[in-house]
Amino acid sequence: MQKQEKQVQDGVIPEEILQRWETRGISRRDFMKFCSVMTATLALPITMMGKIAEAIEGDNRPPVIWMEFLGCTGDTEAFLRANQPTAIDIILDYLSIDYHETIMAAAGHQAEAAKRQTMEKYKGKYLVIVEGSIPTAEGGIHCTIGGNSALNIAREVCGSALATIAVGSCASFGGIPAAAPNPTGAISVTKAVPGATVMNLPGCPLNATNLTASIVHFLTFGKLPATDSLGRPKFAYGKRIHDNCERRAHFDAGQYAEGFGDAGHRQGWCLYKLGCKGPETFHNCPTVRYNEGTSWPVQAGHGCIGCSEPQFWDTMTPFYKRLPNVPGFGVEATADKIGLGIAAATAVAFGAHGVASALRKDDDMESDLLKED
Amino acid sequence: MLQLRYVWEWPVRLTHWFNVISLIVLSVTGIYIGDPMLSVPQTDSFVMGWMRVVHFGFAYLFAVSVVVRLLWMFFGNSHARWKAFVPWASKEGWRNIIGTFSWYTFLRKKPPYVVGHNALAAMAYSLVFILFAVQIVSGFALYGQYDPNGLWASVTAPVLNLFSNQGLRLTHHMIMWLVIGFAIHHVYSAWLMDIKEKNGTLSSIFSGYKFIDPKDL
Repeated sequence: MQKQEKQVQDGVIPEEILQRWETRGISRRDFMKFCSVMTATLALPITMMGKIAEAIEGDNRPPVIWMEFLGCTGDTEAFLRANQPTAIDIILDYLSIDYHETIMAAAGHQAEAAKRQTMEKYKGKYLVIVEGSIPTAEGGIHCTIGGNSALNIAREVCGSALATIAVGSCASFGGIPAAAPNPTGAISVTKAVPGATVMNLPGCPLNATNLTASIVHFLTFGKLPATDSLGRPKFAYGKRIHDNCERRAHFDAGQYAEGFGDAGHRQGWCLYKLGCKGPETFHNCPTVRYNEGTSWPVQAGHGCIGCSEPQFWDTMTPFYKRLPNVPGFGVEATADKIGLGIAAATAVAFGAHGVASALRKDDDMESDLLKED
Repeated sequence: MLQLRYVWEWPVRLTHWFNVISLIVLSVTGIYIGDPMLSVPQTDSFVMGWMRVVHFGFAYLFAVSVVVRLLWMFFGNSHARWKAFVPWASKEGWRNIIGTFSWYTFLRKKPPYVVGHNALAAMAYSLVFILFAVQIVSGFALYGQYDPNGLWASVTAPVLNLFSNQGLRLTHHMIMWLVIGFAIHHVYSAWLMDIKEKNGTLSSIFSGYKFIDPKDL
C-alpha cells in the first residue's frame, strides 16, 4: 500500500490499477493514454497522472442525470462516439448514468421513476448534464417531457443537484434555438436556473474530451474545474483559438488565403480574410482537436465560425466575412464602404462650402486693419 | 490695436499633436489589420506582426494623450476648461451656437467673435471626445483578449459580454471613419477661420498665440 502511494506521488500509475483495467478489457496502453490525455487537457503537471488513475478507481462515482431539451443530440453523439481512447468504457461505464433519453433502456413511467429515485436518494449529491436550451415563451410549451415543461424540469432537477454541466452552445448560451428572432424564448441553463451551480462547456458540438476531463477533474478533486466570467472552465476556454492556431505564423507574416482553393489556401495560409473567427473565439480546439485529436476546422481548411461563443449565430455571422453587416444598410454594404462614404461625403460637403466661402467677401474681419502692399 | 493672447497652453498643443500623429498611424495600421491588402510571399516576414505592434504602441500613446487632455480640462485656462466644451449650458453659449451656425449657413455676415473655440467647434470636440473614449475602451477590450486573465481583460470583460466581440469590432471600425470625417471637417474649418478671422488660427496650434482685437470682443 505504501509503495502504491509513493508511486502515485511520483506520477506513476500503480501496476495493480493497470492490471485491474486489463481484466475489464482495457489495455494498459489505452488506460495510460487516457490518463495522460486527461492530465494534459486539464493542464495539470504530469505527476498528477497517478492521482487521476487512482481517482478513477476510487468508489466515489456520482449518479448522473443527462437531460436534453432544445438540442439536436449532437453533444450526446459527440460524447458517445468519443474514444479517447475508450472514454466510454472508462467514464460512461464508470459513472452511473441514471437517466439519458437517448441511451437509456427504460421508457415512459419507468424512466421518470428512475430519475425521481436518483433525485430523492442522492439529493444534493448527483450531477446533471444538460444538452439544449430551455424555451420560456408561452409558459414553456415548446418543449415538454412527460407532461412537464423543460423549464420546470430543469429547475427541479438542477435545483437540487450538486452541480450542473451545460454541454454544447445551446445549453450554455441559448445557441441556435435562441438566435434571433428566438420564437420559443429559448434561454441557457444558467438563466433558467439562476441559483444552481452551472459550468458551461459550449461548442457545437462540445468537445467530448473537455467533458471527460471535467468529470475526471470532479472525480480527482471532488469539485468542478475553475471557471471564467462566462462559467467556462479555464483549462478548455482560457486561450483564444487565434493565439494557439497552427496557421498563426502566416497571420503574423501577412500571408492570407483570399479564396477557397487558391494558391494561398493550398499552402495552408491564414484564413483571416475568409472570415475566420479564431481571433474572437476562446476554445482549446487547436490543441485538443476533435475526433480523437484527428483534426479541427482550421486544420481542415475552413475558418472558425466561433460556435462556442455566446450568441454565435447572431454575432459571428456572416461566417465568411470579418465584420458583421451594418444594421439598416444593404446586405452587401460593408462597414468600410459605408465609412469611406462618410469620409467622402464630408470632403465633398466641406469642399462645396469652401468654394462658397471663398467667393464670399462680406464676412472679412479686421478689414479696417488691412493694408495693401 | 491688435493684442497677442496666449490661448492654447503647451499641454493643449502637445496632446493635440500627439492625437494627430496617433490617429494617422492608428488609422493606417488599423485599416491594414481589418483588411490586410498586402499578401507577402516570404514566410519569414512579419508584416501583420509589425502593424499590430505599432497599432498597440500608438494606442497607448493615444490613450495617455486623451487622458492628459481630459485632466487638463480641470487645470487649464478658460479655453481649455471643460466649461468651454458645453456651450449649450449657458445663454451666451446658445447665442454663439446660433450665431456661428447662421454664419456657416450664409445667413449672417460675421461669426461671433471669440478668443478660444467657437461654440460649434466646442460641441464637435465634445462629441469627438466621446468617440475617442468609445474607441479606447473598445480597442483595449479587443486587445485584452490575448490574455483572458490579464488586467485589460478583467477591466473590459463587462463591455465584451454586453456588446459582443464582433459588435465591438464593428464599432471600433465605424468610429475610425467618423473620426476621419471629423478630421476632414476640422482641417477645413481651421483653414476657413484662418482666412476669415485673420487672427492666426492655424499658427496658434503651433505657437499658442492668437491676434485679438479687443474692440471686437
